[in-house]
Amino acid sequence: MTGFIRQRPIISAVLGLLVLLLLLYSFPIVPETKEVVVVEFGKPVRILNRYQAGRPIGGRGAGLAYRIPFVDQFVWIDKRVQDVDMQRQQVISTDQRRLQVDAFARYRIVDPLRMLTSAGNEQQLTEQLRPILGSEVRNELGRIEFAALLTPERQGIMDSVRTSLNRIARQYGVEVLDVRIKRTDLPDGAPLAAAFDRMRSAREQEAQSILAQGAKQAQIIQAQADADAAQTYAASFGKDPEFYDFYRAMQSYRITFVGNGQDKPASTTIVLSPQNDYLKEFTGRSR
Amino acid sequence: MTIFSGLRGRARGLFADNKGPWGPSGGGDDEPPPASGSEGPGGPWGEPPRRRTRPTLASAGNTTSLDEFIRRSRDRFGGNGGLPGQSRSLVLWGVVALVILWLVVTSTHSISPGQSGVVTTFGRYSRTLGPGVSFTLPSPLERVTKVDVRKIQSIDLGSSDADDLMLTGDQNLLDLAYQVRWNIRSPELYLFQMSQPGETIREVAESAMRAVVSQVTLNDAMGDKRAEIEARVAENMQRILDSYHSGIQVQGIAIKQADPPEAVNDAFKQVTAAQQQAQSSINAANSYSLRLHQQAQGAATAFDKVYEQYKLAPEVTRRRMYYETMEQVLPRIDKTIVETPGVTPYLPLPQVQRSQGQQERQQ
Repeated sequence: MTGFIRQRPIISAVLGLLVLLLLLYSFPIVPETKEVVVVEFGKPVRILNRYQAGRPIGGRGAGLAYRIPFVDQFVWIDKRVQDVDMQRQQVISTDQRRLQVDAFARYRIVDPLRMLTSAGNEQQLTEQLRPILGSEVRNELGRIEFAALLTPERQGIMDSVRTSLNRIARQYGVEVLDVRIKRTDLPDGAPLAAAFDRMRSAREQEAQSILAQGAKQAQIIQAQADADAAQTYAASFGKDPEFYDFYRAMQSYRITFVGNGQDKPASTTIVLSPQNDYLKEFTGRSR
Repeated sequence: MTIFSGLRGRARGLFADNKGPWGPSGGGDDEPPPASGSEGPGGPWGEPPRRRTRPTLASAGNTTSLDEFIRRSRDRFGGNGGLPGQSRSLVLWGVVALVILWLVVTSTHSISPGQSGVVTTFGRYSRTLGPGVSFTLPSPLERVTKVDVRKIQSIDLGSSDADDLMLTGDQNLLDLAYQVRWNIRSPELYLFQMSQPGETIREVAESAMRAVVSQVTLNDAMGDKRAEIEARVAENMQRILDSYHSGIQVQGIAIKQADPPEAVNDAFKQVTAAQQQAQSSINAANSYSLRLHQQAQGAATAFDKVYEQYKLAPEVTRRRMYYETMEQVLPRIDKTIVETPGVTPYLPLPQVQRSQGQQERQQ
């Protein structure tokens, strides 16, 4: 052996390398994130690291595996939760409202063999699941009213989408974990503009009503103030209406003829008769 | 290094015997033997000591044939003419050192605080290392992936593009921007369960936020229910992510902005303006009320005071007040006193007018 290596160093190095590669090829490492279908001359014979629900990671399955060179072939399949996005769909609800819906589904390949035989590879699986998801979403949402989409019930709707999607996905060896609406939007154009118009008019209405409310409250406050003042006056002046009349007349004369200090009254000419009460002493009559 | 120089030497030996464009030459043999730098100061231009020890080889360098090459190769690699024993042990030591270095480097792992190291044995998850220095089997057997566990990461969502509007429960549209903060709770789940964790968080956040917003009214979403919305979204997200066994902990949601869409912003400003206006008219009414109240109080109190005095001497007080008032009033007005009762008073209207004019000029 050593003699051969010494005689044919290059050939033996190449041979050694080949042996090493063959060893590495024969004992591949299966990571936690992959499932493997072992294909023997085109016929699938076993599945490594297959997903089983509830099994903790780190159990048997992943790790060092083996394959017979030139006989076994490994087909690697992602074991993790993957997602498929639905293209934006226009959904028409039962009340003929249009809505743009974005949805996504999370799935896991639980039966890699079936997935391999029915879809071919993961890329094609996604390609095939996407339209199915789309049509399921459209079917389910088309059965309900627009308003129901915006209620807590919509998770129930999504659950029924998931159930029906799951029924189809089983044929691909796929388990659908979750289907969710990412967004529900009004379509661009007329519906969106109509929504904006409605919002705008609703706001204008609100503004008007706030103004009216304010005016109403102001009026009530003023009226209350008037009433309170009247009450105060009545309580005080009611004690002697006759004297109040005199007192107020005096005040009134002063304000009318002299002014209240703010603006001057118009000049006045008074024609007095000597019989006037003020001039009664003018005549010099004796008491 | 010793290995490489040895290899180079061999390679040179291989090519030296080929007939190059410059004709055969013994150049390859002028050099010192591979990995024998310890033999002396033999450079390519110096007098190599080997020429003396193996003169036959040097002279054979000019004869070019495959047989010659093979024979010489045998001489060189095997047999008595190979590497000196000392060099071979150097190579051996070098290899051993490299292997030890490899073992030490790949089996010692220093994990900084806030990190976790996920150990896989031949790809299978075996354990998770905490912070500090830990030892594992060397590299091809066990591998360590370090994951930042404590570090809180954030994703910004929404509002960057104008048509990213959310539909609220009362079928209005809302322009919302929010941030999701999360960290990794269990690194092994995070590494092995989700194929695209970042994208998943983004989608789940958007889905949860839209679901919650679609159940509240626009005013609630813009107003005081924000905190409640944030809490509900965080809770929903956590539940969904847990159902995926994602190993992700949602630390919180922060709504950074909740505005009406650009297109209807003016109408919303009108509402604010109306609120201000209503408030100001209420304020005006309040101040009117206050003024009136004080006035009434003042007038009533004044009357009460006067009335108290009046009651003590009604007639005198009354006359006094009358005269005082007249004294204030009459001096400032034009007076005409008509004395004879039988005469019809003639009102000198032009004079009245004139005196008025004078008064106005005086002013």
